[in-house]
Amino acid sequence: MTPTSWLLFIVYLALLLALAYPLGRLIARVADPKPLPLSSVLEKPLYRLAGVKAGEGMSWSTYAISVLVFNLIGAVFVYGIQRLQNLLPLNPQNMAAVTADSAFNTSVSFVTNTNWQGYGGEATMSYLTQMLALAVQNYFSAATGIAVMFVLIRAFVARSAKTLGNFWVDLTRVTVYVLLPMSIVFAVFLVSQGVVQNFSAYKEVSTIEKVVYQQPKIGPDGQPMKDAKGESVMEEATAATQTLPMGPAASQIAIKQLGTNGGGFFNVNSAHPYENPTPLSNFAELFAILLIPAALCFTFGDMVRDKRQGIALLAAMTAIFVAASLATMHFEQQGNPRIAALHVDQVTSSAQTGGNMEGKEVRFGVDTSALWAVVTTAASNGSVNAMHDSFTPLGGAVPMLMMQLGEVVFGGVGSGLYGMLIFALMTVFIAGLMIGRTPEYLGKKIESFEIKMISIAILVTPLLVLVGTAIALMTEAGRAGIANPGAHGFSEVLYALSSAANNNGSAFAGLSANTPFYNTLLGIAMWFGRFAIIIPVLAIAGSLSAKKRLEVTAGTMPTHGPLFIVLLIGTVLIVGALTYIPALALGPVVEHLQLVGTTVTSAKAGQ
Amino acid sequence: MKTYLRPALVLFVLLTFITGVAYPLLITGLGQALFPAQASGSLVERDGKPVGSSLIGQAFSAPKYFWSRPSATSPMPNNGSSSGGSNLGPTNTALVDAVQGRIDALQKADPDNKQLIPIDLVTASASGLDPHISIAAAQYQASRIASTRKIPVEKVNALIEQTQEVAVLGFLGEPRVNVLAINLALDAIKL
Repeated sequence: MTPTSWLLFIVYLALLLALAYPLGRLIARVADPKPLPLSSVLEKPLYRLAGVKAGEGMSWSTYAISVLVFNLIGAVFVYGIQRLQNLLPLNPQNMAAVTADSAFNTSVSFVTNTNWQGYGGEATMSYLTQMLALAVQNYFSAATGIAVMFVLIRAFVARSAKTLGNFWVDLTRVTVYVLLPMSIVFAVFLVSQGVVQNFSAYKEVSTIEKVVYQQPKIGPDGQPMKDAKGESVMEEATAATQTLPMGPAASQIAIKQLGTNGGGFFNVNSAHPYENPTPLSNFAELFAILLIPAALCFTFGDMVRDKRQGIALLAAMTAIFVAASLATMHFEQQGNPRIAALHVDQVTSSAQTGGNMEGKEVRFGVDTSALWAVVTTAASNGSVNAMHDSFTPLGGAVPMLMMQLGEVVFGGVGSGLYGMLIFALMTVFIAGLMIGRTPEYLGKKIESFEIKMISIAILVTPLLVLVGTAIALMTEAGRAGIANPGAHGFSEVLYALSSAANNNGSAFAGLSANTPFYNTLLGIAMWFGRFAIIIPVLAIAGSLSAKKRLEVTAGTMPTHGPLFIVLLIGTVLIVGALTYIPALALGPVVEHLQLVGTTVTSAKAGQ
Repeated sequence: MKTYLRPALVLFVLLTFITGVAYPLLITGLGQALFPAQASGSLVERDGKPVGSSLIGQAFSAPKYFWSRPSATSPMPNNGSSSGGSNLGPTNTALVDAVQGRIDALQKADPDNKQLIPIDLVTASASGLDPHISIAAAQYQASRIASTRKIPVEKVNALIEQTQEVAVLGFLGEPRVNVLAINLALDAIKL
């Protein structure tokens, strides 16, 4: 860690925590059924047209069905727009209809807040698909996550209640009062930095110098020609122009970061200069990713009328986040020992950022690329400003582990906090076993039904990740997608499944995942990784809300002190990470040892 | 089921209109009004004709120009319509081979230059469109450009000094030079 990276990290963390507090209070106000300002303009007309009775509460099962119906409509709509985009307007590049398997995968991906991208935006999607299908789901999936979290929190506060709020009201309010105003401000800021926002066709400019390159020769049949050995015949070609992609990008990127979605407008996501043009835009986007997830901890404290409870969860998240960030920044600053052996300079100085620069951008350097990798995987954002596939083995292992913890270190908007609350319930259960008392959290007894639901919510992702990885590695179609040889190739598959099942969406992008096999496998993992957790969470809320709230006594285990924070971190690490240690040993750990091994050998050779 | 379908469908349509039509149109209007150049791609012109974008890197291979970072896009480098990184893993021998190949090309173009080569000049960028190189990577190329253009190396170094950008507030941004900008400035030098 250099002084600059310390400064960057401390400023980032301090700003984040300082702004999360007021925002968290505001979101708590939105969760409260009391009327909001401007509601006769912003809210009520929508309810009238939709036939929603805003004051009418829902049981947990009605809420769950509403969530599912709304998200299913979204999935069908996103699929349909992609399949028909060639016939629809706002398609200046004449993009063809997206293939069925890719459209299925992308539809599930955006509805589940994963935003895994099997496609490359600037070469696949029309402007209409981007704004009307994909950007909209950025809003809806984020609002769904926050709404489900509201329900779980209300369950702790409720005293023998039957209803838990109204999904339609929560959805509308979060969209209109929280996500939309923040996105408008952020999008305009992004345009000021250079993020494109227009509906023009791609621009063709004559470059300063012509580029001579090799491309596969196309035969008379329209297929690439092959020589006698079956290898492609190459021919020389010259390009005198460069195509600059355009589109309504800023509006989509603002909500992509604020809603922990992460689906890029362009193929390389936030590494693309038109998505993330300057160090300032980079810092602001980094900030936007964690802002709402951090704020929701304060929302929680506010709603349960005990700020310390929210701060305890935030402290546990922050502790894991700090350790992970420092580790990744350290590993990436070290650079690649195999390349260090060549005639290059990897040392950080005032004239260069140095370190492991493969797959990174100069304007971000190693520090903010490494920090971004942790931020984006701590939150279930999944946007990238550097190529994770080219990270050092341990630098890349940390983001993978952050996802495997279940996306609870900040996590997705809403989903991160309800995930962390599940771990908090697990923690009081384990602590209860140790001292022989019925576990309780915020005055609610945790009993057999809750523990069953908690177990489902915690076990469903490891099941999807490990079984999915096994299936991919045992099938020809799964192995065919691997780009890098050896242990790193295994990491690519493990990363993909970890990302999909935990609704993150980042990738070791060497993996060729836009195939019917991966589109289907990852689509299934994303769907169940989202809704096989949401339903148990809502069921727990239903069960808890019906219970009486017990008074705090001398025998109650406090859930706001350092002891609880340490126990919670321990539970997240043990329950969340232990499952994956064997798999991680086969991927990043082996690869790290191979890298270290090379240096030792070459050092000996030099003696 | 009807109790679910009506609110679901109506709210889906209304909120889709708000977030998927009104919102992007509003941002386009605001963006084009307040920051027209940025919203349209930050184009750079020479003699009244657009020659690129200050944000999108171009490929240079002539010895008289500063070279951009290696680009892994296909089929040609710096392909603006298909961004991408190499995605080569750290232990992949193809990575070491590619880096060695770029070192050889740089040394062949400037055989007397024995300095260590800054890492960003021999590794592929994330986007394949990186508009910048590090200040060190620009300084490394100064001798080649000076001898090709037959101008004093001090003049090239002074140009790097003028064009370079450094961290703001001590942590925002990395030491860098915009390659298109400095190459246009090179061409504009009057002898």
